[in-house]
Amino acid sequence: METTLSIEDLRVEYRSRDLGETTKVAVKGLNLRVGQGEVFGFLGPNGAGKTSTMNVLLGFVPPTSGTARIFGVDVREPIARQRIGYLPEQTYYYKFLTAEELLRFYAGIFQIPKAETEQRIDAVLKLVELDHARKRQIKTYSKGMQQRAGLAQALINNPDLLILDEPTSGLDPIGRMKVREIIQRLKGEGKTVFFSSHELGEVETVCDRVAILHQGELKTAGRVTDLLKEHSANLEQIFLKLIGYAPRS
Amino acid sequence: MNTIWALARVVVLEMVRRKDFYVLFILTVLLTATAGSVNLFNDRSIVRYLKEICLLLIWASSLVIAITCTARQIPAERESRTIFPLLAKPVTRGQFLLGKFLGCWLATALALGMFYVFFGLVSATREQHWPLLNYLQAAWLHWMMLGIVIAFTLLGSIVFAAPSSNGTISFVCAAGMLLLGRHLNKVALSLAEPLQSVLYAAYFALPHLELFDTRDLIIHNWDLIPWGMIALATLYAAAYAAFFLFIAWLVFRRRPLN
Repeated sequence: METTLSIEDLRVEYRSRDLGETTKVAVKGLNLRVGQGEVFGFLGPNGAGKTSTMNVLLGFVPPTSGTARIFGVDVREPIARQRIGYLPEQTYYYKFLTAEELLRFYAGIFQIPKAETEQRIDAVLKLVELDHARKRQIKTYSKGMQQRAGLAQALINNPDLLILDEPTSGLDPIGRMKVREIIQRLKGEGKTVFFSSHELGEVETVCDRVAILHQGELKTAGRVTDLLKEHSANLEQIFLKLIGYAPRS
Repeated sequence: MNTIWALARVVVLEMVRRKDFYVLFILTVLLTATAGSVNLFNDRSIVRYLKEICLLLIWASSLVIAITCTARQIPAERESRTIFPLLAKPVTRGQFLLGKFLGCWLATALALGMFYVFFGLVSATREQHWPLLNYLQAAWLHWMMLGIVIAFTLLGSIVFAAPSSNGTISFVCAAGMLLLGRHLNKVALSLAEPLQSVLYAAYFALPHLELFDTRDLIIHNWDLIPWGMIALATLYAAAYAAFFLFIAWLVFRRRPLN
């Protein structure tokens, strides 16, 4: 299987604002590989280092040491982002634009030809079920609709790799189901999806493989079916065990 | 270049769809109309005062539009988190800054265009002549000056997180340079060392925005400015704008986004 995303010995440190503490280590020597066409769940409690890793992958934060590559290109090169789509957690898109204008703007950044842009806009708006509201300004959208507009912008360049940061966060059950359906449809099209989520039931349903991160360290990585078999438990129980959470009896 | 245009287009659309510009334009029209309706002692030279008031309002409004529009660009992108999906695309930070700069500069050009057309109409109704080239020169120099203001406001929006503080500081700096810039060397003469040298250095280092203020020329219907001077002033503005944008890029290029 061709490698889409690879992380080697990644370490991310931040200068801490706390008194007496010089640096805060967010990620400690992370190694990870995601193959083409996989749906990969990136899990961990808050502060585990998931967002820091994603920030490195997207070029927002430089790694302190180690390397990260997307399609074999170092993530520090802007061209590495040509074939990816990114959906951040809870973003409020330009509210004065319509969905159509928003997508035309992002298509312009990818320098997609005009005729193809219109085709792509039609296709992604149908996929995320926003076709009926395409000419409405985003400020009139519900939270779920805004999230789907975000998914549409992540798909405008027909990416081979999708990075989704908690894509169902804050959505109602119907909204969550719709996003899940979209991810499954993308998987059917052979896209690679790398996403973080706290919805472990959802991850169990959708993902081929998962990695669990805790305090910046990789606790486990593997196929969901193998993990379930190995631990004889569901993903939530495995997750809690690996992060050392002991429920009060 | 397509990326920069795409970014600039969104900034222009934002200004067109927000109410700020229209409020300032209507205010200028109303104040000028009120001033124009006053007839003092049947004095024909009153038209000069009317032109002066109208131009002063245009200058103040254009500064407000340029600074407020620019100061909110990057903080708003951060607050709404749109900077993340944007920079997750093949956009360099330099392109991002240039797109924002170009957008704000084009947006102020649109605003200036409307203001100067209004000014032309006001003076034409009173003086029955259209010195179009003079107005074009005045508007061009005004726009060039705003290019410098937009560039340093953009730099400020990277340094200061709050658009309000950046807006206030930028406005004070721009107004200070316009009103006091030409007098700094005279003030320096009256000071002791080392303050004298510091003020002299500031006099030579800071952009002299007042050089672009040609209001007197069109109020008093003076001759055209030589085009060579216009070209030099354009280069002067371009050099300062490029300098501020370069500093902004140096600050922004390695700044972590988290």
